[in-house]
Amino acid sequence: MTIQTALSPVPATRWLPALAAPAQHAELFAPATEACGAGLALALAQDWLRSAAPDPAADTPDQRAWIWVQDKAAMRLSGCPYRPGLPAELRHRLIHVAADKPEDALFAIEEALRCRDLAFVIAEIAGNPQALSFTASRRLSLAVERHGVPLWLVRLDARRDLGSARMRWDVRSAASQRPRWNPQAPGKAAWRAELFRARSHPPGTWVLEEAAGALNLRQTQAEPLEAAAHG
Amino acid sequence: MLRRVLSIWCANLAIDRWRLAAGEGADALPTALIAETAHGPRIEAVNAAARQAGAQAMMRLTDARAICPELVTAPADPAGDSAFLERLALWAQRWGPWSALDPPDGVIVDVTGVSHLFGGEAALLADVSAQIARRGLAAQAAIASTAGAAWALTHFGPQHAILQPEDSLAELPVAALRLDPAVLLVLRRLGLKRIGDIDGLSRPALTRRFRNRHAPAANPLIRLDQLMGRVPEPLLPVIGHEAPLVQRRLMEPIRHRELLDRVLADLADDMARLLEARGEGARRIELGLWRVDGEVVIRRVEMAQSSRDAGHIVWLIRGRLDDVDAGFGIEMARMRAPWCEPLLLTQRDLDSAAEERGTSLAACIDRLVNRLGEAGVRSPLPHASHIPERAQRWEKPLTPEVPSQGELAFYTRPIKLLNRPEPISVLYATPDGLPRRFRWRGALHEIARVDGPERIAPEWWRERSSTRLRDYYRIEDHLGRRYWIYRAGLIGDGRGGAPEWFLQGLYA
Repeated sequence: MTIQTALSPVPATRWLPALAAPAQHAELFAPATEACGAGLALALAQDWLRSAAPDPAADTPDQRAWIWVQDKAAMRLSGCPYRPGLPAELRHRLIHVAADKPEDALFAIEEALRCRDLAFVIAEIAGNPQALSFTASRRLSLAVERHGVPLWLVRLDARRDLGSARMRWDVRSAASQRPRWNPQAPGKAAWRAELFRARSHPPGTWVLEEAAGALNLRQTQAEPLEAAAHG
Repeated sequence: MLRRVLSIWCANLAIDRWRLAAGEGADALPTALIAETAHGPRIEAVNAAARQAGAQAMMRLTDARAICPELVTAPADPAGDSAFLERLALWAQRWGPWSALDPPDGVIVDVTGVSHLFGGEAALLADVSAQIARRGLAAQAAIASTAGAAWALTHFGPQHAILQPEDSLAELPVAALRLDPAVLLVLRRLGLKRIGDIDGLSRPALTRRFRNRHAPAANPLIRLDQLMGRVPEPLLPVIGHEAPLVQRRLMEPIRHRELLDRVLADLADDMARLLEARGEGARRIELGLWRVDGEVVIRRVEMAQSSRDAGHIVWLIRGRLDDVDAGFGIEMARMRAPWCEPLLLTQRDLDSAAEERGTSLAACIDRLVNRLGEAGVRSPLPHASHIPERAQRWEKPLTPEVPSQGELAFYTRPIKLLNRPEPISVLYATPDGLPRRFRWRGALHEIARVDGPERIAPEWWRERSSTRLRDYYRIEDHLGRRYWIYRAGLIGDGRGGAPEWFLQGLYA
């Protein structure tokens, strides 16, 4: 028998990869000098695509396009997507939107969320612009839930301000596992991800890494991010 | 029925067009239309005053200036000339059911069996001359039973010549056969000056002389047969293509935005109906607003995919109407679709909920392009280059990907590339060795693991010889951050001093 309090109507289950969840608005706070935010967003998007229930009427594999929105500051700080480095099943479906101002970026995100032919949307906005207020973020959450296109919004070098995202992550790079055949080389991407606010899951910290065709949970309950010496 | 062909030759097409644009007054000065060539400006056409002063077509401008220092120049417009000729050919269909272009400055019309409508062939020619003179062009016209004969008469015959089947063209010069200058030179050296001279020769001799010339313009025998009508000469007819157009004339000039939006919605509905009837969808839409004082405001929108969705068209154009100055009012609105593509009627999806739920991808891209501009919405396409920043190109979305050799799978490339490589200061054990720590954007990075170098040489066929090669390292620092850095050049490669280090990409 689960104990339910008035404040937690949904029985809280721990977050896990490959959890088939409905489309959600998630925010990832990440430093601009690393690509960990975009990398984890892409990994989570792939994880979501893999775990989503397949369309019973579909007779061809899912080849819908996806959109990556960046504002000018984000492009200046952390660069643009590079096709040869993207996952092979996603690289030919990318549509990149370069917005000058955060207002334009928010417009582009909302237009993209309302498009039924998109698989998912990834957006990068640097800092805490005025335009990205709680109201704007609530608009995005509602659009996601209404149209069923998930959004991963990467916040580069941003304060944890008010936001209505259903899951809010703090992401840093983590040391990768040593490759088997060249232990001196960097291995597959790994991230230390702290879920500090979520609607249906208790907060927690994980070390996640890319594995062949899946998002792997390497370590649960690592020490909190603030404790880890960083930078 | 006996075939009759009308040929029209606008002898001074370029100059006539220039005069119509510049006005009669400018024609009094000696003027030359020039084109830029590798050896300086060359004269393409001259007006009467310049010809009197000694300038000629195909002269260098400097030579002409030496003869006539007061020569005025204007740029020649060959593309405009040929576009004008296409319109002229369409307009010339008033005299016959089909017409063909005769580049660079002529038109050919099939007038078989139509001359009685104009009161005979002489009256038809008079009508042609009068109508073309009213347009301000100088033209020669002639009617004959083949296109070749009509062409010969316009260029080398008398004014308003009509060739009956029994008449002979033997007195015309050989240039009337539409031959290449090189062939004309050969004929002149052989002493053949008139068409009658060639016709008089024995045919086997001529066949042997020009046996390896297969193009009609290089073989006088083929041209002679075409002139006489002994071999057919197919001509490509021009077919007018009219863009779908709808318009609203307004009884009362409108000055307010709500009314304009109403008119726009009506026009879009009309356009959608018209396009549906034609089985087409528009890729480009032009909205013209005529103001009471004669000003015209034009707004253009383009679509990523052909569409005839009235609501989508209205949405796209409405964003462009904010800066329209109505002045004393707008009295006419006209919508044109200059670029259409076939778009068949399609069955809607089984459950219409999917279509009502959101916008389609093409509509989404149109909306984004409308606000952010063409450069804001792009897709990366692979490009055949091994220089990392050149290996992808940004193209319009929905562009089909050209097939290319696949990328090599044994290199790991970064997920993001900085817009330009940023210099870093690196501490290394040996000048050519592995880096140990570096400073980038003020932060120190201890390098924990390294993979490399991967040497990428410059593309010598397109870069300067002083461009240095790059040694790329894939690194991970003490906090697990993964970067792509490179050293530009080697020590002692003779292309500058000590090699510099750059950070170019960020791994996930």
